[in-house]
Amino acid sequence: MNCRSEVLEVSVEGRQVEEALLAVLHTVLLHRSTGKFHYKKEGTYSIGTVGIQDVDCDFIDFTYVRVSSEELDRALRKAVGEFKDALRNSGGDGLGQMSLEFYQKKKSRWPFSDECIPWEVWTVKVHVVALATEQERQICREKVGEKLCEKIINIVEVMNRHEYLPKMPTQSEVDNVFDTGLPDVQPYLYKISFQITDALGASVTTTVRRLIKDTLAL
Amino acid sequence: FNLAIKDIPEVTHEAKKALSGQLPAVGRSMCVEISLKTSEGDSMELEIWCLEMNERCDKEIKVSYTVYNRLSLLLKSLLAITRVTPAYRLSRKQGHEYVILYRIYFGEVQLNGLGEGFQTVRVGTVGTPVGTISLSCAYRINLAFMSTRQFERTPPIMGIIIDHFVDRPYPSSSPMHPCNYRTAGEEVGVTYPSVEDSQEVCTTSFSTSPPSQLMVPGKEGGVPFTPNQPAHGAQADQERLMTHTPSDGIHCAATPTSSEDTETVSNSSEGRASPHDVLETVFARKVGAFVNKPMNQVTLTSLDIPFAMFAPKNLELEDTDPMVNPPESPGTTSPLHGSLHSDGSSGASSGNNHDDFVMIDFKPAFSKDDILPMDLGTFYREFQNPPQLSSLSIDIGAQSMAEDLDSLPEKLAVHEKNVREFDAFVETLQ
Repeated sequence: MNCRSEVLEVSVEGRQVEEALLAVLHTVLLHRSTGKFHYKKEGTYSIGTVGIQDVDCDFIDFTYVRVSSEELDRALRKAVGEFKDALRNSGGDGLGQMSLEFYQKKKSRWPFSDECIPWEVWTVKVHVVALATEQERQICREKVGEKLCEKIINIVEVMNRHEYLPKMPTQSEVDNVFDTGLPDVQPYLYKISFQITDALGASVTTTVRRLIKDTLAL
Repeated sequence: FNLAIKDIPEVTHEAKKALSGQLPAVGRSMCVEISLKTSEGDSMELEIWCLEMNERCDKEIKVSYTVYNRLSLLLKSLLAITRVTPAYRLSRKQGHEYVILYRIYFGEVQLNGLGEGFQTVRVGTVGTPVGTISLSCAYRINLAFMSTRQFERTPPIMGIIIDHFVDRPYPSSSPMHPCNYRTAGEEVGVTYPSVEDSQEVCTTSFSTSPPSQLMVPGKEGGVPFTPNQPAHGAQADQERLMTHTPSDGIHCAATPTSSEDTETVSNSSEGRASPHDVLETVFARKVGAFVNKPMNQVTLTSLDIPFAMFAPKNLELEDTDPMVNPPESPGTTSPLHGSLHSDGSSGASSGNNHDDFVMIDFKPAFSKDDILPMDLGTFYREFQNPPQLSSLSIDIGAQSMAEDLDSLPEKLAVHEKNVREFDAFVETLQ
């Protein structure tokens, strides 16, 4: 199958980077998470309930909805924090991108390790601007809020196209499709990575890290 | 759908009542209308959420599995989208100036009340063997006298609510606005053509009579809303502001039905309009005094506009606003003051003297007696024509340019000495 790829671009001020990214990532994961599966004897399963909550942004005039899972939130915040630090340390013009990739694991025979086949990739390109006056910052708050509203609408549009989604797995296969490591929610298997680009557009930094949620590593 | 959403019993009850055992069908959509109602009694539709069915069937789809999952996804999308529309921000800020109301009805979607240029967001569609369900939201963009953002973007903001006795082709965005044809309008009409800038449009907002009967067109069969300030006070039930007809009652809610973020609406203040929200000044004026002095209104509203950018967002700004404390240090005036000053003086320069004021029952925007020590109206009168800042005036015999330049090196030396302090300060800002 082909992996579909969506790209979103945002231009934000330095302190808005985290919130903007979290808004996008959480919205995507809201749509790509279910409750925990509880398998029963006959091969059927029941799905747990997922809580949701609003998050108000401090530096942007914006509110987004996320699943009520503290662990998931922590994981995302950690990744975004690393991206933000890398962006800050890179100097440059503050250009970078973060990718959220949903994949499926395909078991391979020994000695080959399992394959990770992505089926959806969301890329957020971030451009950091520096603002001088408080008035500009105020306007930026509102503008970024509006832009994020548009991004959320875009995300929802893509989600509702109902394109390929992995099939619901049997009990033995569930770890190949879903991340079952969280206690309260079960998102599709995902990984987050980022890149910092310098002014020339080439990927410079060696801090491309992979935040892999499942236990498998090459 | 495995989503933990808090049910609001009242909403469930209303929805069931509206459904009356039937489901949406072709031509019979389920609509939730979100509208805003001010304490003055004016109301405006903000959003209409529609759940429609059409006949495109997907016979092969598996209901128990695929359709169910897609409906869950649709619900999540709905939650995400509800936070994104302009009405959400308004609903978060509702209080005693205005409240957000909802109404559930079945039948044809009526989008007339959303004003022109409304936008539609499609939340999603799900095909089922009996038809395709689609959920969409049409929301008003023309929140002209509601949103602070609109103030920045559309200079002739007041044009939207301009009164009808002026021969101007301004579209009336809100059908709920009363048509007031008063004789006083003639004077206002006369002075209009002479002042051709965006400010003069504002004069009509200070119309003579308060909004009287408001008719909600179409939907409720012409049931009139009376400005129900007295009714507010009389309402014992916190949750229901007004119920006119049993079947089409309007009830209070913060957000569309499925949201778990509920805000019980308290009764709005009765009696005098609390002018926190700048919209109060715009269309709910009860003053007749300004009719004779339309030019005065120009300056008043010109002050309103810059304030409007800040006031509904952050009312604390008034306390720290240098305008409240007369400007002593020209170097540290905030941009707000700068713009106010220029607007005030430009308005003043258009030939208006505040000595000509005959103010009766002046209710300026966002005057909060309890917070500001000085009544804003008094303050405004006193500082209507503040003296020019000495640093801004050129003709007063101040230092010449050469003298300024000479003193610069000394100033630079002093600043360089304090560089460390400045750096530390900048650090704290970041």
